Amino acid sequence: MRFLPLTDAAREEIKKAIGIKDSKELFKSIPADKSFFDLAALPSALSEPELIAEFKALGRKNSFQEYLSFLGAGAYAHFIPEVVAYLSAKGEFVTPYTPYQPEVSQGNLQAIFEYQTMMTMLTGLDVANASLYDGATAVAEAVLLAVRKSGRQRVLLADSLHPETMAVVRTYTQNLPIELATVAVNEADGRVDLADLTSKLNDQTAALVFQSPNFLGVVEDSAALAQAAHQQRAYAVQAVTEAMSLAYLRPAADFAVDVVAGEAQSFGLSLGFGGPYLGFMTAREEFLRQMPGRIVGQTKDLDGKRGYVLTLSTREQHIKREKATSNICSNEAWCALRAGMYLATMGKDGLALAARDSHLHAAYFVAKAAKLKRVKVVYTKNFYNEVLLEIRKGTAEAFLATLKKKKILAGVPLSWFYPAVGNRVLLAFSEVQRCADIDRLLLAMGEHS
Amino acid sequence: MELEKLLFTKEHEWVRLEGDSAMVGITDYAQHELGDVVYVELPAPGKELKKGDPSANIESVKAVSDVFAPLSGTIGAVNPKLAANPELVNQEPYGDGFLFTMKIKQADEVKELLDHKKYEEYLRGIAGE
Amino acid sequence: MSPLPDLIFEISRDGKTAHGLGASHVQAEPAIDPGLRRAGIADFPQVSEVEIVRHYMALARLNYSLDQGLYPLGSCTMKYNPKINEKLAGSEDFQAHPYTPRELVQGNLEIMARLEEWLLALTGMAGFTCAPAAGAHGEFTGMLVIRKYLQDKGDPRRVVLIPDSAHGTNPSSAHFAGYEIREVPSNGEGIIDVDGLRPFLKDDVAALMMTNPNTLGIFEKNITAIADALHGNGSLLYMDGANLNALLGIVRPGDLGVDVMHINLHKTFATPHGGGGPGSGPVGVAAHLLPYLPVPRVVKQGGAYEIVYDAPHSIGRIKNFYGQFLVMVRALAYLCSLGRENVRRVAEDAVLNANYIRKKLQDVLDLPYPTATMHEVVFSDKNLPVKTLDIAKRLLDYGLHPFTIYFPLIVHGAMMIEPTETESKETLDEFIAVMNKILVEAREQPELLLQAPHQTPVRRLDETLAARQPVLKWRKGENL
Repeated sequence: MRFLPLTDAAREEIKKAIGIKDSKELFKSIPADKSFFDLAALPSALSEPELIAEFKALGRKNSFQEYLSFLGAGAYAHFIPEVVAYLSAKGEFVTPYTPYQPEVSQGNLQAIFEYQTMMTMLTGLDVANASLYDGATAVAEAVLLAVRKSGRQRVLLADSLHPETMAVVRTYTQNLPIELATVAVNEADGRVDLADLTSKLNDQTAALVFQSPNFLGVVEDSAALAQAAHQQRAYAVQAVTEAMSLAYLRPAADFAVDVVAGEAQSFGLSLGFGGPYLGFMTAREEFLRQMPGRIVGQTKDLDGKRGYVLTLSTREQHIKREKATSNICSNEAWCALRAGMYLATMGKDGLALAARDSHLHAAYFVAKAAKLKRVKVVYTKNFYNEVLLEIRKGTAEAFLATLKKKKILAGVPLSWFYPAVGNRVLLAFSEVQRCADIDRLLLAMGEHS
Repeated sequence: MELEKLLFTKEHEWVRLEGDSAMVGITDYAQHELGDVVYVELPAPGKELKKGDPSANIESVKAVSDVFAPLSGTIGAVNPKLAANPELVNQEPYGDGFLFTMKIKQADEVKELLDHKKYEEYLRGIAGE
Repeated sequence: MSPLPDLIFEISRDGKTAHGLGASHVQAEPAIDPGLRRAGIADFPQVSEVEIVRHYMALARLNYSLDQGLYPLGSCTMKYNPKINEKLAGSEDFQAHPYTPRELVQGNLEIMARLEEWLLALTGMAGFTCAPAAGAHGEFTGMLVIRKYLQDKGDPRRVVLIPDSAHGTNPSSAHFAGYEIREVPSNGEGIIDVDGLRPFLKDDVAALMMTNPNTLGIFEKNITAIADALHGNGSLLYMDGANLNALLGIVRPGDLGVDVMHINLHKTFATPHGGGGPGSGPVGVAAHLLPYLPVPRVVKQGGAYEIVYDAPHSIGRIKNFYGQFLVMVRALAYLCSLGRENVRRVAEDAVLNANYIRKKLQDVLDLPYPTATMHEVVFSDKNLPVKTLDIAKRLLDYGLHPFTIYFPLIVHGAMMIEPTETESKETLDEFIAVMNKILVEAREQPELLLQAPHQTPVRRLDETLAARQPVLKWRKGENL
């Protein structure tokens, strides 16, 4: 077996050295009636060529590759430069351990330091952590952060959060003394209803958590939301599922938002059927000591030279145990490194271009969809790259099934998340589509009956 | 700072009494055991504490230690210098590196504290373990 | 002259670019208030593609990695990451959007289902979820399952027992699941015994979290009696599977009375650590806990795979989508490569290797617990003229990665060594020779160790400075 370098001769030498005759003696402390169970039902080993064939066969059971896709809703198809794929696959980045030995981990540490810097540039906030599992858990951690920092227990969640984010926040807080309440969406503009928000904010509220661009594709009025929250000394926490929007929209710090947390899969990570992705968190300076997860900081070595280390570790579970700010240990280090690579490669201009075209393709669709008889765009302004579509006749499922026959995946039906909403579809656009692709979508929609 | 005038706990806090007010810090032994202090989290002025309650948190690079209230009472002032200069706890544990003052509630608890000689004996006991 | 490359921001020059997007041709006007749009991102990198490659190659050269050499980190199971698994996980065939209609991603769903089958067969549990993103996330998930199950029985309880040798994630995960922690001392053998546990078994105890083999590398041989005692008390047994590598194909935790366990795919099943993630922490449960597993779950219905969200007793969703899918692809590929012929060999070789190191070093290092150990061994720095940290740093000079240091906490100056089965005897002999050499140096030239490492790109870093005056990002003109 090629992953097992001990030869039979070496095994014998080792047995002799440690004074045993049979390897079974190594497992004497395990109850004898329970050990060495029968393995006969397990599959037989595959050679490397057989393994490749096996996975090719599995790949052939997938047929999504043939479809033109407008799926988004939390995972986005953006262009990934080859140089990012090439460099991030290097063993020096893929196979190291957590950089607890900084003298031999400067490559990783500097790359994460650069990633942290870029995330603060994108959000305008002071500090970023090294990563969290994904967007939904990052928002759940932000809820816990706000509760710790404020000493208050009540958290308001905008109804326009991604439903999966909402679900994960509920799971995370289910056994903690935290009271969750939801804030309604104003159907007219797809934004958080300010009247409902004001009526629910009080002096016990730790935070308002809203998403922008929200799950309906609409960019929220962050300034108004942050202002309302701050009037009750609650924090304004912005969730993000489409990180590309950060490069097109004004940074959260401009609107006095306190924490931005979410998903950065758009920054160079392949769709990968939902994971591994990249949870990020950025916050104002005052949250630093309460932040979850690892953080890389700059320091000097014995010779006074610049170097990087994992720092402020006393917040973490390996030191503070049950008093830690989070239980996270392994995070998404490689994903963060790759995201940093992506951002550096796209650079100031490339990122702006991808971010702008993601919006413009959506705008192109919205402008032309106005002529369609069977569908209606629900929110025709202040969307970013996702568009909510209403089907005038029949269900969204039936509408999507018709388009699927034409090899188009024309979005995600809202009924998956809200069974009562049977006639709405969420479509996502990015820089990778061409106008011709969108024309094909429009044509197919026009033919739909 | 004359150590003879201080009182001590077995958790290595020191107390300097002035009437019903007490100044509190950690001992030289404690700062040495902790190593380089990088951050001190102090209680909020006005906070009510019972003897033995966690009051402040002292962080070194790889450890966090709770400081327990040596007496019951109310937090008065906290040392404003520690935010920018946590190393004072290492450099001057009995002076500029003090943590906070408190108004004490139960004078009879003072009897349970060790004087300097007893604390020194207690340290020798630890070393001999 | 700094050994490190300049930061990407420092090599930026206006007008450089590394992306190949080409010009934009979209015939559309922005449909968003100008007040919501941003200007360019100040100081964002502007470098050419060539410079990107050189920058990251320079960073890569500064990293020690498993591809370069041994990583004897205790309880981390840094085993070799097979290259074919990387290629398979990177295949375009699997990069579907998570919301792709089910009938178009049957291959992906089959991968998840088959991995679960393997995990069930190797652990003897009744069901698995592959949703958790890492070991700690799995622990949290498992503790939520336990809590919901006990709540449904009308007795949620307040306390979780954790041995003093446990990893810090255990108490932290239990805490976030709403529990109070009580620490249980190990006995003189370094394990938990029923007599020691009994005083802790009050009616408010929900569960015991036990790592087995534990962080000393010792198999908790009383596990079945402990499980019985817990169950008799209405409590559950959680097993932290961080060290499952030692048991692979040898014994199934489900046969030992374990109610809930997690597995680390990035340890036991050879998926790469990535410098600290992504990991994956599937959770297995006994039959009575099946209804509580998180949603969604992949099931086979009438010949096709489905994703099922409907589970009235479930703890709910713990992560976006379905988990770390591409990590699962790698783990399944690894298991297909091993097959029934090699799974047991993995555990045997891992335990052989660890016992060889133990045998060869026990005369020169203090072995605090003489109990038989499995896949790892823990020495202490007792009676040495230098500290564990100094030995660890000196190992770096010899081109080796150190072992886990200062853990578990119950050993003074712990050195926790786990060679794994993927290291050859020749590599172990080299490591042993280097350790002996360092111990001679410790006696004869201790100052050499106190200043170590000398050969690494940077020397010892000032962690005190980093924590006292945090510099957590680059700012123009400030990071000198």
